[in-house]
Amino acid sequence: MSSPAKRALLEPIVDDNPVTLHVLGICSALAVTTSLLPSLYMCVALTAVAALSNAAVSAIRHILPSSIRIIVQMTIIASLVIVVDESLKAFAFETSRELSVFVGLIITNCIVLGRTESFASKNPVGLSFLDGIGNGLGYSTILILVATSRELLGAGTLLGYTIFPNAADGGWYKPNGMMLLPPSAFFVIGLIIWAVRTWKPKQVEKPDFLIHEVHRTEVV
Amino acid sequence: MSEPSQDSAAKTDTVPRTLLVALFVSLVCSSLVASAAVVLKPRQVENAILDMRRNILEVAGLWAPEADVNALFESIEPRVVDLETGAYAGDIDPATYDPAEAAKDPAQSVKVPSEIDIAKVGRRAKHALVYLVRSEGEVSKIILPVSGYGLWSTLYGFLALEADGNTVSDITFYAHGETPGLGDFIVKPAWRDLWRGKRAFDDSGSLELQVVKGRVSAEDPLADYHIDGVSGATLTGNGVSNLVQYWLGDHGYGRYLKTIQGGGES
Repeated sequence: MSSPAKRALLEPIVDDNPVTLHVLGICSALAVTTSLLPSLYMCVALTAVAALSNAAVSAIRHILPSSIRIIVQMTIIASLVIVVDESLKAFAFETSRELSVFVGLIITNCIVLGRTESFASKNPVGLSFLDGIGNGLGYSTILILVATSRELLGAGTLLGYTIFPNAADGGWYKPNGMMLLPPSAFFVIGLIIWAVRTWKPKQVEKPDFLIHEVHRTEVV
Repeated sequence: MSEPSQDSAAKTDTVPRTLLVALFVSLVCSSLVASAAVVLKPRQVENAILDMRRNILEVAGLWAPEADVNALFESIEPRVVDLETGAYAGDIDPATYDPAEAAKDPAQSVKVPSEIDIAKVGRRAKHALVYLVRSEGEVSKIILPVSGYGLWSTLYGFLALEADGNTVSDITFYAHGETPGLGDFIVKPAWRDLWRGKRAFDDSGSLELQVVKGRVSAEDPLADYHIDGVSGATLTGNGVSNLVQYWLGDHGYGRYLKTIQGGGES
């Protein structure tokens, strides 16, 4: 595999992760991660949409007038999302109901439009497709981490199988109900971002401003 | 954009070119969406029916995970009830009647008067589809579709009564939007067990079944009609109480159940 292709595919997983570095796509990361199974479907759905919309936008990049660039990208993304949503309803009915509106909301996921606009409109089809897959995988990594910790701590299960026997059914684990509520996803994502930036200090953003310390002789 | 040269950028930005690209993209995208919708529609409808049947079997206590849903459903008899009179409507075919569609049609539905619309039903169909479970020829359970507003959104479910039209057998909700880990107690087996054997109407025929705040105490004279609530999820419990009160009341299945209790049609 050539090096730009490898970069497009692998960099978004940790070094250029859409969630932890760019802090995009947080809405769905909060909403669907209460359990692992819907999160996995969400990962597949987003990766498919990101890859295919990147490829489609890249294919028409030379004939695309810049005045209608964004709306054309949105149209392509929206169409793909509807196809994905309809397929889920046909082939994974239970999960599609759990994901409810969040599949539809991939349309507004900043990761997808961000990639078509910043990458696919300037790069060849194959590379754009890989970039979409890569960003989908980056998003998936975070989603799976968050969903695993939330389902495990919030319900004591993974993919519905009991890992920690529940205290209510005679086991020892008392589930932490807060993990099933949306704020806990914020905490978990925050902790992941902290961990990644401690591991890769290059990702730490420079502060926009420094708080000015007032000296006692200064007039406020 | 870096790749296209100045010339081609100028060429793509002309008005006819813009319209042409817009038309082309719209055509391709709309045919993609339309064909996906058409091709997948039969499977989706089948899924929705299967899911509905599975829920009915579950509330009837007939559900087995590995069994074929459609084969099990053969034993369940759908009937159309005229809620106004409480009698079965023989002229409507239960196989094709869709109460959800009927509720949208002004000719086939009635507005629930706001003073009794505690469950925020809005409009309901004049005819309801109920399901009878028979064992050895006799009706053993009556399954009533119910719906009503909880805390965040409408709860949809089934209430199963024993053949006497009074004793509760089970309750399920197949669609709800209550708070995960809190209001979703309504679908937990432990809470559904509390309903088993409770009674809806007292001896004078007044409707007493409801979810109360906290635990039902042993001294409660109406302990047979009251269900434990969950603290922190009072509004969800109230929602369930409201929908039970509405649907078992006279504007809901009340008249139908009275006919059954009177030993009427079976």
